[in-house]
Amino acid sequence: MKGDHHVILRVVAKVLIPIIALYGFYVHFHGEYSPGGGFQAGVILAVTVILYSLIFGIAPAMRAITPGFARFIAGLGFIIYVGVGIWALAMGGNFLDYDALFREPPGGHNGQQVGIIVIEIGVLFAVAGSMVSIFYAFAGRVSEIRDEDW
Amino acid sequence: MTGFEGANLAIDLLNITLLTILFVVAIAIARLRSLFAIVMLSGIYSLVSATWFVALDAVDVAFTEAAVGAGISTALFLGAMVLTSRTAKAEKGATQIVPLLVVIATGAVLIYATIDLPGFGDATSPANTGVGVEFLERTYPEIAIPNVVTAVLASYRGFDTLGEVGVVFAAGLAVTLLLGFGERSMGATVRREDRESSNKNDEDAS
Repeated sequence: MKGDHHVILRVVAKVLIPIIALYGFYVHFHGEYSPGGGFQAGVILAVTVILYSLIFGIAPAMRAITPGFARFIAGLGFIIYVGVGIWALAMGGNFLDYDALFREPPGGHNGQQVGIIVIEIGVLFAVAGSMVSIFYAFAGRVSEIRDEDW
Repeated sequence: MTGFEGANLAIDLLNITLLTILFVVAIAIARLRSLFAIVMLSGIYSLVSATWFVALDAVDVAFTEAAVGAGISTALFLGAMVLTSRTAKAEKGATQIVPLLVVIATGAVLIYATIDLPGFGDATSPANTGVGVEFLERTYPEIAIPNVVTAVLASYRGFDTLGEVGVVFAAGLAVTLLLGFGERSMGATVRREDRESSNKNDEDAS
């Protein structure tokens, strides 16, 4: 494209965005062993969408990840988290008492591990969806940012 | 952290350097009037404090600070800045002096409070002898995952984390309800354009 002085940004971002997303999933699923977890991973995944929309424009980003989908993910994450608590209640334990999830004998760790993994997925969804929703709400108010405004 | 000769000196120098950078950036943020420069400097401030948290062995906090403070906040501030003016108005007279006095008084109180704190990494401090040791000993037998931070956040303090997720969700919901809908929102524009272009395609096809 002639006169497109963002060409380096576009090319680099195209390579980087999948790697950032992959790193986000690594941070999420490796949270058992290393620093990180659902919250940080959710922020990193939201950053991929934000980086995409900063470089390629808000409208293409909103066609890829629609604002409705971001809101849906945010709500779903919170429901997943509360759902684990209610699952524990239904199995006869306290709210969010993961030991009660499978009614294991003392010494069993399935409930704890499944509970942690599921609530981390809830955190991931809620944080990523909320962050993208907030960004869309702010960034979507104006049509385009002109270059001379920077 | 004292594996070899001079390690303490190197760590002290690192801390002093990072804190000096933080101080200079904070002064620059307070003096500047261009909002764009302030947003960028606050991103730098977050990044440098994340580096400092790593030097203090608080890797989880550093990670969150780098992702949220330097990443998301900067992008959100930029988005909010575009909706307002590009420069801040200069304050005059009392509005300049009173906040300075408040900051100096608060800083003096905080420095006075640090005199009572145990030394950094002190093995006999309450945090390292009481509940901290308890968590380190009980996490693996009870939860069976190696990362104690994750176990504490997701299991022992699961209810607190639920509250945090609720706060994040409520913030997203509030901002979306205030700014995300309506005629001026980008989502409505994109949907309208898509509908028009698909209508045109249908007419072309028929």
